[in-house]
Amino acid sequence: MSLPPLEIVLYAGAVSLLIIGLAGLVMSEHLVRLVLALGVAEAGGNLLLVLTGFRQGAVAPILLGAAPSGPMVDPIPQALVLTAIVIGVGVQALALALVLRVRRAYGTVHMSALRARLVEDLDEAAGLPPEGSREAPGVERPV
Amino acid sequence: MYWITVLVVAVMVLSALAVLLLPNLLAAVAASSVVSLALSVVFVIVRAPDVAMTEAAVGAGLSGVILVLALRRLGLWGLGDDNRPQPERFSGTGDDA
Repeated sequence: MSLPPLEIVLYAGAVSLLIIGLAGLVMSEHLVRLVLALGVAEAGGNLLLVLTGFRQGAVAPILLGAAPSGPMVDPIPQALVLTAIVIGVGVQALALALVLRVRRAYGTVHMSALRARLVEDLDEAAGLPPEGSREAPGVERPV
Repeated sequence: MYWITVLVVAVMVLSALAVLLLPNLLAAVAASSVVSLALSVVFVIVRAPDVAMTEAAVGAGLSGVILVLALRRLGLWGLGDDNRPQPERFSGTGDDA
């Protein structure tokens, strides 16, 4: 049995982080967990970017006096990812601030309750009658 | 070196799964910090030490602090099961009226 090369292992880890994060974004019920899933997806994307410049047997792109004789890994994706990490924390803090405002306005951080409240608010703003239930059937609603 | 990489990547992916599956949100935040820490080790392995330093300080440190402070503000600062629906909130009539 031959082992997969190192690059394949690293790419598999990056892609699975990305997939897990996107699945969490789609499937989360709690808003804070959605923010966490966004962070996981972002970590996977960052690792994928750094891996594009990776080369086995290369040295880190740091110059100490004379230039090294062997190959170096690509420093440009690393510089971009350095920026992306810091921006990611800013996005996360903004998202958490929005979650706090949602909680203050609607009193809940659960997606299903929020969707129901949003539909109610939109109907009220548009002047539509409330959607009927089995106990209190509503009038005919325009689509 | 090869098996260290496999181990660190496995820890990273499993704790990413734990972020989505743990019922307690405080534990999920801790798992996301573990993801960032393992990711910084992976960055060292792929010869990006500067990115690894930033990821360990910002991803595992600062973002964990921000998340935990937001959880405390939301009142979910506890060791119980946070996934249960909140019935008194679900009716939601006139909370903000």
